[in-house]
Amino acid sequence: MRRPRAPLFLARAVYRKRRLRDAARLLPLLGFFLLVLPLLWDAAPGRGAGQTVVYIFGVWAGLIGLAAYLAPGLARPDADDQAEDS
Amino acid sequence: MSFNALVLTCLAYVAFLFLVAFVVERRASRGQMGFLRSPLVYTLSLSIYCTAWTFYGAVGYAARSGLEFLTIYLGPTLIFVGWWWVLRKLVRIGRQQRVTSIADLISSRYGKSNLLGVLVTVIAVVAATPYIALQLQSVTLSFGVFASATPESWALPNRDATAVWVAAGLALFTILFGTRNLDAKEQHHGIVMAIAVEAVVKLVALLAVGIFVVWGLGGGPVAMIERIETYADPNWVIQPGRWVGLIFLSAAAVISLPRMFQVMVVENVDEGHLARASWAFPLYLFLMSLFILPIAVIGLERMPADTNPDMLVLTLPLAEGQGGLAMLAFLGGFSSATSMVIVETIALATMLSNHILMPAWLWLRPKAALSGDLRGGILLARRLSIMGVLALGLAYFRLSGGSAALAAIGLIAFAGMAQVLPALLGGIFWRGGTQAGALMGLSIGFVVWAFTLFLPSFGAGAVMSAQVFEQGLFGLGWLRPQALFGTSGMDPLTHSIFWSLALNTAAYAVGSLMSFPDPVERIQGAAFVNAFDDEVQAERLGWTHGQAEPEALMNMAQRILGDEAAISFFEAEAGGQGKAGFLPDLTPAFLAGLERRLAGSVGAATAHAMISQLFGRATVTVEDLLAVANETAQIMEYSARLEEQQGELSRTARQLREVNEKLTQLSVQKDAFLSQISHELRTPMTSIRAFSEILTEGDLPAAMVANYGRIIHDEAKRLTRLLDDLLDLSVLENGTVQLNLELANLGDLIDRSLAAASQTRPERAFDIQRDYTKEEIFLRTDPDRLVQVFINLISNSRKYCDAADPVLRIAVRQKGGRVVVDFLDNGLGIAKESQGLIFEKFARLTDQSRAGGAGLGLAICREVMANLGGTVTYVPGQRGAAFRVTVPLRLEKTALAG
Repeated sequence: MRRPRAPLFLARAVYRKRRLRDAARLLPLLGFFLLVLPLLWDAAPGRGAGQTVVYIFGVWAGLIGLAAYLAPGLARPDADDQAEDS
Repeated sequence: MSFNALVLTCLAYVAFLFLVAFVVERRASRGQMGFLRSPLVYTLSLSIYCTAWTFYGAVGYAARSGLEFLTIYLGPTLIFVGWWWVLRKLVRIGRQQRVTSIADLISSRYGKSNLLGVLVTVIAVVAATPYIALQLQSVTLSFGVFASATPESWALPNRDATAVWVAAGLALFTILFGTRNLDAKEQHHGIVMAIAVEAVVKLVALLAVGIFVVWGLGGGPVAMIERIETYADPNWVIQPGRWVGLIFLSAAAVISLPRMFQVMVVENVDEGHLARASWAFPLYLFLMSLFILPIAVIGLERMPADTNPDMLVLTLPLAEGQGGLAMLAFLGGFSSATSMVIVETIALATMLSNHILMPAWLWLRPKAALSGDLRGGILLARRLSIMGVLALGLAYFRLSGGSAALAAIGLIAFAGMAQVLPALLGGIFWRGGTQAGALMGLSIGFVVWAFTLFLPSFGAGAVMSAQVFEQGLFGLGWLRPQALFGTSGMDPLTHSIFWSLALNTAAYAVGSLMSFPDPVERIQGAAFVNAFDDEVQAERLGWTHGQAEPEALMNMAQRILGDEAAISFFEAEAGGQGKAGFLPDLTPAFLAGLERRLAGSVGAATAHAMISQLFGRATVTVEDLLAVANETAQIMEYSARLEEQQGELSRTARQLREVNEKLTQLSVQKDAFLSQISHELRTPMTSIRAFSEILTEGDLPAAMVANYGRIIHDEAKRLTRLLDDLLDLSVLENGTVQLNLELANLGDLIDRSLAAASQTRPERAFDIQRDYTKEEIFLRTDPDRLVQVFINLISNSRKYCDAADPVLRIAVRQKGGRVVVDFLDNGLGIAKESQGLIFEKFARLTDQSRAGGAGLGLAICREVMANLGGTVTYVPGQRGAAFRVTVPLRLEKTALAG
């Protein structure tokens, strides 16, 4: 069998770019969710403080990494559909 | 290390900052921005979020409450990684509207209301004063650490003097670089660069101390985590309310703090930098926070129990004998404090002078506004504001005695500034937000914040009596400052944030829903909420980056100024910049000059709008538009007047041309008339003279005499007839003709005319077509004169119709109160160019031979008809010659009077 051809979708770049923006909008919500998660943990004094520190710094670094991954695509100006789609 | 050496190092560092700022300002003024406009500098300048509160206070905070200190940095992180939501829009609006401060943004959004500007300024000053005091305190404390022989002792004999010196130095720096020039965009490149340098210093200092602590004292990261676990005390448990509340508060603060707004929006030179900062700034915060907890833990472990945890960053290296590291840490703290104070002071001074001092001054001296140059006044207001803000901070520091924990003051300031948030976010996302709503929300939020957090922070009995604390305002139990409406379950900070922002938002929403915005407010609201809508337009026009190239400016200038003028202007400017032969750089001076030149052609407002459209993303404000509309209206009115005048002129010219043509022809006719009349008179006179001479000789047969006599008689008759015609015409033309009005049948008149005209060229047989029934019309007119006209027309037809089988059709119609009689033959008609002339005197057409008369016939006809109240015209476009006689049914005597 032949490989299926590229799906019939025009303006793929524009579509990608819009979804990239959606991702950028969702990122702080994801971050907030992950950062309030430790509140639900069993926080007995002296236990798990180190884990919590590592977890929070890990989430933090992850957010920075994701933001750095998204930023170049978002910053690139091109003349597709700058009209706000929100 | 001696105290003197410390002061010397400090001065050297400050001198270095002065140098950096100075060099950068010099380069910027020459338009050599280069790396100044890089995302790195932008990100580093954002780091003024990390003040001395972060540098010293975070460790103290961590020592007291564990992980909670992280919330102060997690909130901004969320805002920055979510930059697509709010920051992007804020920066765009800031550039479009040329916003100079957060007070300006709020006031501009809500219909340029200065009242709102004043309110936001007051909130900002009240909230920032303790914060500035905090920076002075931290610098003073850090001096104290070095000054005292042992780190444990905090005695610094001249503590107040130190604070005064620091404040004075900061005022000097801020005035020098913050008010050097008056830039419409309020950008201070020198200061931004100095802050970026300071950002590096404080990051390096904190990292150095952290690395020393983790690897030098703590035995590596893994061991460090174990230490944290063992050292965690019960206070370190995360409290859900505070955790979420503080993340929210710090997120709000990073948007609304005046200094953050200043570097993030006002000093932004390129929107693209925000994308880089979206992850780079959280990374900076991450690195700043990374070693806070280890420093706190090791500090608590190694230092005596009574050590001030706020100074651990400094005291720990000193206690470990690391003088150089302590010096670096000191410089880091010094950098944090000074950069914050400088930017905060500039931001506050801008607000104070723009919204309070200048309006007040102009109100007191209205004439000053007319005299033109306000720059001096504004700069003076700025400088006074800077000194005022620093004096306020200093006064607060001395009054409060610098006792409160650093973290508490910072959070109070955050909560105060967060009151701007509902009006700010509502303003950029909700078109329905109104000035009334913003005023209500801000005032209520401010009052609640002051009552529940700010005033209680002075302690019971200081500003509010202990009685108010316990029993509520006016003894009302539900008005207790730390348990409003009986909500005593929250800690005071969360409680204050909750109630102030809840009531603030509610008041804003209700106020907006109930009020009605004025037009400027509505336009501004739409401009803010739809800040991105102009992009599509702009990109279609080809200004994708909103950055004008010199070529584009050149094109525009050529269109407006004309090629020669534009090229010579650009060449002169390029020469002035030392770039002769190339296009000039887009320096502010060049743009200002170009704008002035364009203003000469299109008006100041239009020129400004054009340049700003081309050069930045700045959108034209409502005032600009009104000014442009004004200019355009004037120009349009002027051009409409010109057009009208031109139309009138061309109409007149056409009329003149026509008249001239006619005159020329008339002149030709007059010549013809003279030659004609002399010829006409001469021919009969010649025969009369000749025959009368013959007769006088005598000896002639009687028959011959009789014949000659008859010829003389005939010729004399012809002369008489000619003279009669001329006389007739002149009588008719003078309007002194006597008319004999009576009733006559039109058919009879035509019969008479045909009979009389048959004398003319009797050899030709004409086919006369008539409709007798239609001719049964009784006219009240002068029948003899009318018949004269008919005879003339019929004779003309008989004379000139050159058809083989001549046909003359006489058509009669009645139309209104008039009778129309058409005489149509099937000849060639009259050539078009002659049609205008046939009714003139002696206008006999080309063929002389066929003319029997003197060419007065039609002229007489026209005069007769004019006297009869009718017309005779030539009807073009028929197959042959066609004359139309129009005559009124009943000619009244009065009609002749006119």
